[in-house]
Amino acid sequence: MNRITRRSVLIGSAAVALGLGSQRSVLAATLHDGPQQADPQLPVTVTDYDGNDVTIDDVSRIVPLSGDIAEIIWGLGLGDNIVGVDFSAVYPEELLDLPKIGVERNLNAEGILSLTPTVVIGKDAAGPPPVLEQVRGAGVPVVIIGEPQTIDAPVVKILATAEALGVPDNGEHLAAETQKSIDSAIALASQVEDRPRAIVLYLQQGGIQLVAGGGTVASAMLEAAGAIDTAVESRIMGYQPVTAEALVAAAPEIIVTQTLGVESVGGVEALQQIPGIAETPAAQSGRIYVYPDELLLGMTPRTGDQLMAMIADFHPELAEATPEASPSSETYSG
Amino acid sequence: MEVVAEPRRWMRNRSRGTSQVSRVSPALLLPGLTACLVVAIVFSVGVGAVSISPQQVLAIILNHLGVNLDVAYTAQQDAVVWSIRLPRVTLAVLVGSGLAVSGAALQGMFRNPLADPGLIGVSSGSALGAVIALGLGISWFGIATTPLFAFVGGVTTAVIAYSLARNNGRTEIVTLVLAGIALNTFAGAGTSMVTFVANDAQLRAIIFWSLGSLGSATWQSVAAAAPFVLLGLVASLRWGHPLNLMVLGEREARHLGIDTERMRMSVIVFAALMTGATVAVAGIIAFVGLIVPHLVRLVAGPDHRVLIPASALGGALLVVLADLVARNLVAPLELPLGVLTALIGGPFLLFLMLRTRRAQGGWG
Repeated sequence: MNRITRRSVLIGSAAVALGLGSQRSVLAATLHDGPQQADPQLPVTVTDYDGNDVTIDDVSRIVPLSGDIAEIIWGLGLGDNIVGVDFSAVYPEELLDLPKIGVERNLNAEGILSLTPTVVIGKDAAGPPPVLEQVRGAGVPVVIIGEPQTIDAPVVKILATAEALGVPDNGEHLAAETQKSIDSAIALASQVEDRPRAIVLYLQQGGIQLVAGGGTVASAMLEAAGAIDTAVESRIMGYQPVTAEALVAAAPEIIVTQTLGVESVGGVEALQQIPGIAETPAAQSGRIYVYPDELLLGMTPRTGDQLMAMIADFHPELAEATPEASPSSETYSG
Repeated sequence: MEVVAEPRRWMRNRSRGTSQVSRVSPALLLPGLTACLVVAIVFSVGVGAVSISPQQVLAIILNHLGVNLDVAYTAQQDAVVWSIRLPRVTLAVLVGSGLAVSGAALQGMFRNPLADPGLIGVSSGSALGAVIALGLGISWFGIATTPLFAFVGGVTTAVIAYSLARNNGRTEIVTLVLAGIALNTFAGAGTSMVTFVANDAQLRAIIFWSLGSLGSATWQSVAAAAPFVLLGLVASLRWGHPLNLMVLGEREARHLGIDTERMRMSVIVFAALMTGATVAVAGIIAFVGLIVPHLVRLVAGPDHRVLIPASALGGALLVVLADLVARNLVAPLELPLGVLTALIGGPFLLFLMLRTRRAQGGWG
């Protein structure tokens, strides 16, 4: 490809990026203000991921079991009906003031029931299963949504949530908006010639480093943002602990990780010193990108925005062309 | 020889030490503990994140027993009392009494103040068994599979630790403790290994289980644990006298007509049974087996005929109360019960240690 064609491709991409820049704020505002008039059509009977036929006849008091579902409910215009959330619900910030039900994977039945919910809605990761059974036993409908570990997850979750809450039209609308922003990001990323080699590190307290391999949401995000997942190259499936040597051998140019994990190891500079990480091209060139947990792994209506942020970071040549459309993880998350 | 003699000295010191403290007579202690336990159970069933009045609680329970009271309550309140709180409190009683009796019997049998189901590997063996069933997706016996594997794991580790420590018809305490440490390490490594090879769904099941508190209590889990624990409790009622004699030393006990070999096997098997069953349904709840017998000895002295039943009641009381605090302190959130018992247990052990050292110059 000669220089001229390449440049025109870049300009084309930049135009897409610019367009998305404005659309992003619309979507963000949409999400934040919960603008859609929600007029739930009830009762609704759905067959959920667990194979249960669940009938929902009242959505006035909703308890979502995870942050992404809470954010989706907000985006569907039912934010005011949420009466309690788990600790992962951090966006929009109005959710922070609500009573907490614990963490998605370790719920307790009476705490949820004390909020007198009319419907409880969560993902297949929610549990322990006996607790969900206890909530069902108390006559509260519990809807479980299956989350595909792919870039389709936001739309799947939006449609399932909207259906269960009797607002399928709002769901279609939000899903379409979300899909559009994801598609645009993927379209932009697919025009990029240079696909950097990247890896997602999932850091936990106590020095545990996991890499996100094939079949994970994090890996899907990397691919969609126009990077090559070196973990997939090394045939790693799921989240696996990684040795320092394996990291050096993978030689990623980019390391992606989540905010909470970086805090737990004492910041990006401390991360760059960790043996194994320090020797990677990514650490040496300072290309370690940190994104909020709920954006990198959350798969929500903001996933398209997150992809744009990653594309801008991964492909600085685009940002050079359009400085004002370069979203960074800092400016956009609010 | 020194090694064997040392714990014996501790037992005698302990009994002398407590004799200076005013002791509660067994005639008062057992009914008193029973009364406290009943009050704690009633309170525990009545208090929770969902507010339900005492009359409603009573009406709900009686209604399930076939007596109708003219008190209004909602279906939700009914579910909370009957399907959540009652199984939970019942399980707390089973777990507490099973662990405490296991601890009391093991401490007496090994003449060692540190013996508890955790020390000789029962808990970690049970954990390994449960994690193997969960992590390899084994379901040969339906929902009973995990408890069964936990049980087998617990009994196996206990028997291995015990047989390693046997030598010339004696049990070497230090060898037993070292064997326990080695087996704990091994079982821990096995647990990590299974966790490592498990897929995401299995990993999730393991995490649920290992976080397991009494929060997942259902009538099914009560039914799974109850036979094992009750069997152990019934068996333990006959241990008082033999254990008292075994504190004198194994040879002495044998001369006094105790079949020490059979006694040891019986204590180990039933302790493993009770601990395995509780670990299987509620995860590892720390320190109950260790501190409850010590608490009872503080107020009632070292006579195993009192110690064993009082530990059963005291253990049940402690776990019911700890669970009450765990689920009400930060409602609608819940504190992990194992963390709470360990928080109480750690400082208490230190207190015991310092107190004994002050009174008798310690254990050397």
